[in-house]
Amino acid sequence: MYTLAMDTSNQAMSVAVMQDQTLLATTTINHQKTHSEQLLPTIKTLLAAAGLRVAQLDRIVVADGPGSYTGIRIAVTTAKTLAYTLNKTLVGISSLAVLAAGVTRTPALIVPLMDARRQNVFTGGYQWVDDQLTSVIADAHLPLTQLLKEVQILGQPVVFVGVDVPKFAPAIRATLGAQATFADPLSAYPQASRLALLGQVAAPVSVFDFVPRYLRLTEAERTWLQTHHDEGHEPYVEKV
Amino acid sequence: MSQAELILAFESSCDETSVAVIRNGDEILSNIIATQINSHKRFGGVVPEVASRHHVEQITTVTDMALKEAGVSYEQLDAVAVTYGPGLVGALLIGVTAAKTIAFAHDLPLIPVNHMAGHIYAARFVAPLVYPLLALVVSGGHTELVVMKAAGEFQIIGDTRDDAAGEAYDKIGRVLHIPYPAGKEVDRLAHLGQDTFHFPRAMAASEDLDFSFSGLKSAFINTVHHADQIGETLSREDLAASFQAAVVDVLVEKTLQALHQYDVKQLVVAGGVAANQGLREGLQAALAKTAPTVELLVPPLRLCGDNAAMVGASAHVERARGHFADERLNADPGLNFARA
Ligand SMILES: [Zn+2]
Repeated sequence: MYTLAMDTSNQAMSVAVMQDQTLLATTTINHQKTHSEQLLPTIKTLLAAAGLRVAQLDRIVVADGPGSYTGIRIAVTTAKTLAYTLNKTLVGISSLAVLAAGVTRTPALIVPLMDARRQNVFTGGYQWVDDQLTSVIADAHLPLTQLLKEVQILGQPVVFVGVDVPKFAPAIRATLGAQATFADPLSAYPQASRLALLGQVAAPVSVFDFVPRYLRLTEAERTWLQTHHDEGHEPYVEKV
Repeated sequence: MSQAELILAFESSCDETSVAVIRNGDEILSNIIATQINSHKRFGGVVPEVASRHHVEQITTVTDMALKEAGVSYEQLDAVAVTYGPGLVGALLIGVTAAKTIAFAHDLPLIPVNHMAGHIYAARFVAPLVYPLLALVVSGGHTELVVMKAAGEFQIIGDTRDDAAGEAYDKIGRVLHIPYPAGKEVDRLAHLGQDTFHFPRAMAASEDLDFSFSGLKSAFINTVHHADQIGETLSREDLAASFQAAVVDVLVEKTLQALHQYDVKQLVVAGGVAANQGLREGLQAALAKTAPTVELLVPPLRLCGDNAAMVGASAHVERARGHFADERLNADPGLNFARA
C-alpha cells in the first residue's frame, strides 16, 4: 500500500511517502514560508523521488488539527481533494497524535501541547499500548491549569512534547514536579512518516463530510451562542 | 483548436463556494453555487473565519456536483481555473488549494483569475465583448470604473474613497433593521417609496471619477436618529427610495462622466449590486439619453453575484493569452488592476 501523509497544522510542514511500513521519501520544512506555496510542490518532488505517479497512491493521510486554522485547512483541502479526484482512501489523524507518535518506546503518558493563547492549550493524552498509540485524554482546547490538574490526578509519569512546551515548562514543573519530563526538542516537529503509520491502521472517512478538527468554535459563533440557540435554523449553507 | 474547450473553474473569495464547467468561455455546462448567507446573517456581515470553515466543508461536494451536472470527465478538461484574489485570504485559499490539487492530480494547466476580471467577463454570457469597453463593477467590496482597451487589459479609472456601494447598503440596512445582506430588500422598498429626503450626492460634481458614500451614509443615519429622538416615524419606503436614488445618481453620473472621457463601444455593469433594479433602470435611461450608441451589458442576476462561471469565462481569455500558474500559486487578497 502506497501512502501519502501530510501535516501543515503549525509552522513546520511535513510530508512523507511510504510503501507499507517502509519510508520512501520525506521532507520536513520548518521555515517561514506559506504552506499554500510549498505543500503541493513538496508532494510532487517526493513522489518523483519515490518513483511514483500520484495515481499509484492508495491512501492519503492528513493531520486534520488542532493547530493553526489556516494551516490545517491547507492540508485538509489538499488531502480531501486529492482523495476525491483520484478516488483514493482518505484518513484524518489528530495533529496531537502525530506529535505524540514521535515519542516512542516509553510507557509514560505522552502529552502533546500547542499554545492556543491566553494560557489555553490544544492538548490530549496518549499512551503506547501493545505498540498502538492510544488516546487516554481526549483532544481538547483547555486552560493549561486544567490540563495539569487532570494529569496530576492520573499520578503517572508524563512526557510533554511540542514546540510550545518550553514556554509552559515553568508552570508544568510547578504543578507536576518530578512527575513531568520533556521530550527532546527535535520530537517537537511533526514527522509525516509517523502520521502515515498511524493512518495505515485508522478507519477511512468520507471525503465529502471531512472537515478539520478545530476543537474550537470561532469567536463570532461563541459570542452569538451566548444569546441565541443553534437549533431549528435554515441551513447555514445553501445551494442556490 | 477545433475541439470544444472545457474549463473547470473555482471561486471562493468571499461567502460563496462555487465550481463551474464552462465550454469555450461562453457556455455554462454547470455553475454550482453554495451560499453562506444564512450563516453570516447571524453576525450582520461576513466573518472571515466562519467563511473559510464553510468553504472547506463545501468544496468537495460542490466540485462533484459541478462535474456530474456537466457530465464531463477529467480527460475532457483543458484547464482548471481559480480566483486567487482579491478577497478574503482564508476563503481564497480553499478554492486555490482545491484547484491546484485537481490540476496537479490530472496534469492539467492551472489558470489564475482575478475576481474583478471575472465579474466583468460574466457579461460574455450575454454577448461577445467589444473593445474598448467601460465596466462599472459594484459589489459589497468594490465600486470601480474599469476601462478595457483589449481582452485581458484592465485599467482602473475610478474607485471608491471609502465604502463600497454594497457596504453602504448593508450599513443603512442595519439602521432599518434589515438583515444582512440588505441590498435586495432596500431595492424592493425603494420601488415602493419616493425620494423625499434628497440626501447628498457626494462628489457628483467633481471632475475625477472616484466615488464616496460615507457622506450619504452619515446623512441617512443622522436623519433616522434625529427622527427617533423626537419620536417621529419616517417612511421606510421613502428612506430606502431616497438612499437608493442618491446611490444610483452618483453611480450613473460618474459612469456618464467616464463615457464622456473614454470613447467605448460597450458598458458592462457587473458585481453583486448590478442585480439592483434601480441601478439598471437608472443606467438604461441615462444611456438612452446621452450615449445611445454604447451597448449596455448586464449579466443575468445569477451571474452578477460571486460564481465560478464568471471565473471560467475569464480563464478562457487568460488561456488564449497563455497566462498560467503552477503548484506554487498562492492567494493574493489585495490583488488589483493598475490605476490609469
Ligand atoms: Zn465579487
